[in-house]
Amino acid sequence: MARDIKRYRVRCWENRLESWRAQPAVFWAFVLPGTLWLLLFFFVPLGLIWVLAFGERVGPVQIDITWTFANYLAVFDPVYVGLFWRSVWVATVATVIALVMGLPVALAVSFAPERVKPILLLLVILPFWTNILIRTYAMIAVLRTRGFVNFGLEYLWLMGKAFLLPFGLDEIVMGERFEPLSLLYNNTAVIFGIVYVYLPFMVLPLYATLERLDRSLLEASLDLGAGQIRTFFSIIVPLAKPGIVSGIILVFIPALGTFLISDLLGGTDSLLLGNVIERQFKAANHWPLGSAMSFVLLYVTFAILALRAWLISREEARARA
Amino acid sequence: MRESDAPIVEIQNVTKAFGRLKAVNDVSLAIPRNAFFALLGPSGCGKTTLLRMLGGFEHSSTGRILIDGEDMASIQPNRRPVNMVFQSYAVFPHMTVAENIAYGLKVTGVPRAEIGRRVTDAIAMVRLDGMATRRPDQLSGGQRQRVALARALVKRPKLLLLDEPLSALDKKLRGEMQLELVRLQHEVGITFIIVTHDQEEALGMASEIAVMQEGRILQVAPPRQLYEHPTRRFVAEFIGASNSFACEVLAIEDENARVTSPLLGELVVERAAPKVTSGTLIIRPEKVRMDFSNPAPQPGEALIRGTIDQIAYFGDLSIVYLTAEDGSRLQCSRYNVSRIAAPDPAPGTACTLGLHPEDLLLVGD
Repeated sequence: MARDIKRYRVRCWENRLESWRAQPAVFWAFVLPGTLWLLLFFFVPLGLIWVLAFGERVGPVQIDITWTFANYLAVFDPVYVGLFWRSVWVATVATVIALVMGLPVALAVSFAPERVKPILLLLVILPFWTNILIRTYAMIAVLRTRGFVNFGLEYLWLMGKAFLLPFGLDEIVMGERFEPLSLLYNNTAVIFGIVYVYLPFMVLPLYATLERLDRSLLEASLDLGAGQIRTFFSIIVPLAKPGIVSGIILVFIPALGTFLISDLLGGTDSLLLGNVIERQFKAANHWPLGSAMSFVLLYVTFAILALRAWLISREEARARA
Repeated sequence: MRESDAPIVEIQNVTKAFGRLKAVNDVSLAIPRNAFFALLGPSGCGKTTLLRMLGGFEHSSTGRILIDGEDMASIQPNRRPVNMVFQSYAVFPHMTVAENIAYGLKVTGVPRAEIGRRVTDAIAMVRLDGMATRRPDQLSGGQRQRVALARALVKRPKLLLLDEPLSALDKKLRGEMQLELVRLQHEVGITFIIVTHDQEEALGMASEIAVMQEGRILQVAPPRQLYEHPTRRFVAEFIGASNSFACEVLAIEDENARVTSPLLGELVVERAAPKVTSGTLIIRPEKVRMDFSNPAPQPGEALIRGTIDQIAYFGDLSIVYLTAEDGSRLQCSRYNVSRIAAPDPAPGTACTLGLHPEDLLLVGD
C-alpha cells in the first residue's frame, strides 16, 4: 500500500517532468526571464565586486586586478573593526527594540476580530508605500530642534509653567527658557530611524506565526493555573520562535548594512559600516576597498544564517532523540 | 454530611447570547458530586458553550454558576478549581510529556519534589509509563489524549471538563478510552463533565445525562431512564432509534393515558411524565416483535401489517426497515443470536409486527 503510494508519487513527478520536456517552449518562457534577470543584475555585478576586491588602484578610474589580499587586510584596520562593532551594536539594539515593540503589535493583530485584521495589517504595511528617503526625511522633521517632538514638549513646558506661576515656583522648577532636546544627529536617532523603517519586517513574520498558533494552547495554559504573563513567556514566546528568528534576521541584516538612515539621522560619531562602504565607492573613490568591505559584511551575514540553520538542525536532532 | 450532599455544580438560569443567537437559553442544572455527567446534544445545541462557561472561557449573559457553592462570575480561568481536556487536546508541542503534566503544578508554585512525585503518579495513572521524555509529535492521538488527561487530573481539580474527548479517535480506541475514562473517574473520585454528540458514548460512560437542544436542556436522567423513559420526542429520537405514531389522547388515567391511533387502535399506555397530556407514541425497534406467519395477537398486543423495504446487516444485529399498511415507515431490530439461523428475509416480504402496550410510551412533542 505504502509502496503503491510511493510509486504513484514517483510517477506523478515523472509525468510533470515529462510535460516539461514535452513543451520546452512553455517551460523556458516561464523560467528564462527570471533566471536571466538574476544572472545579469545580481550574480554578474556581485561577481564584479568580488573580483574588484582583489584589485589595486592605479589611476583615478583605472583598477588593476592583481589578486592582492591588501584590501581584505585593510578591512581589519582597527578603525574599521571598531566601526563594524558599532554597526553590530546599533543593529542589535534596533533589532531588540523592534522585537519588543513588534511582538505586542503582532499579537494584537492576530487576536483582533476577523473583520479588523486586514485593516490593521494594512496599517502595518502602509509605510512601505512611501519612499524610504521621504520617510527618513519625515523623521528629521519630527526629531529636529524645531521639530514636532520638541514643539510638543515645549507646549507641555508652557502649560507646566503657567500652572506653577501662581505658586511662584515657575522659574525654580521649569527654568527660564525651554531647552529643546537634541534628538537628531546621534546614535539614538539612527536606532530610532532603523526601528521605524524595519518594524514591519519584524511584525509580519511574527504575525504569520502567531496567526497559526492554536488558541486552545493558550486556554489550556490559563486552565492549568498560569496567568496571562506566564502564558506569554511559557507558551506564546517559545511557540512563536520561528517567527521571532525570521523577524530578527529580516531586521538585523538590513540594519547592519544601512547607510541612508545613519547618513541622514546620524551625527559625526554615528558613522556605520554602510556609510564607509558608500564613501569608498563615492567620495574616497576606492572601489577595491569598498568591495572588500562589502564582501566581509556579506560573509558575516552568511555566517549568521549558517549559525541559524545549525541551531535549527541541532534543535530538530534533539527533538528527534 | 451536609456538605457532600450539596451539588458540586449549580447552574442557575444561565443564558449566553452571541448577538441575537442564544447559544445557551435559561439553563438551570445541578450536577451531583462524583457524577460522570454528560452533556449530550447535536452540534450547535450549546453544550460546548456551557462547558466553556464552567471553565471560565465564556461569560454568561445572565444567570449564575456556582462551583462547590462559590459564585464563579468574577473568577478567571486560572483561578478556578476546574480543569479541562480540550477537544484538540492542546498538548504543548514544545514540552515533553512530563513537562506538560508538570506545567500546571509549576505555575502554581507546588514544591519541586512534590511535582516530581505527582507527575510520576499521573503518568502511571494514565498508563504512559516510559513515555515521560517523549515529545507530543512522537505520540499517537490516544497517547496525546492521555497526556491531556494526566495534565488536568494532576491538578486535583474539583471538576474535570472534557470537550468531545473521543471524537478524534478511531472507533476501537474510542471504546478503550471510554472504559479508561470510567475507570479513572472511579479511581480519582472527581466529578467529570463530558460534552459529546455521540449518544452511545454518553450512554456507555455517564452516570447522568443532560440532553440539550437549541440552547435548552430537555431532560436530565441516568442512561437507562433516558432510553426507556424519554419525556420528549426529540430525546427519544436522538437517543437510540425509535418508531413514532401519531395519536389522540382520549383520557388521562393516573400515570397512564388512554389513546387512540389510526394504526394501533385504542390502547392504554404509560405517560413519560406527569405533564405529558398529549403527544406521540414511541416504541424502540428492539421491542417490536416481528413475525412472518399470520399470527393471532398475543394478549393485549397491537398488530401492524407491513412490507420489508430494506435490511441493514451489522453482524451482531440486523435492522429491518418496513412500510406499514398506512404508508408510515418503521424499523425493527433483530439480534442474530444464532449462527445457523435462517438469513434475514428478502425485501418485499410481507410481515406482521406485534407491539406490546407496555413497551409503548406517550411522549411530549
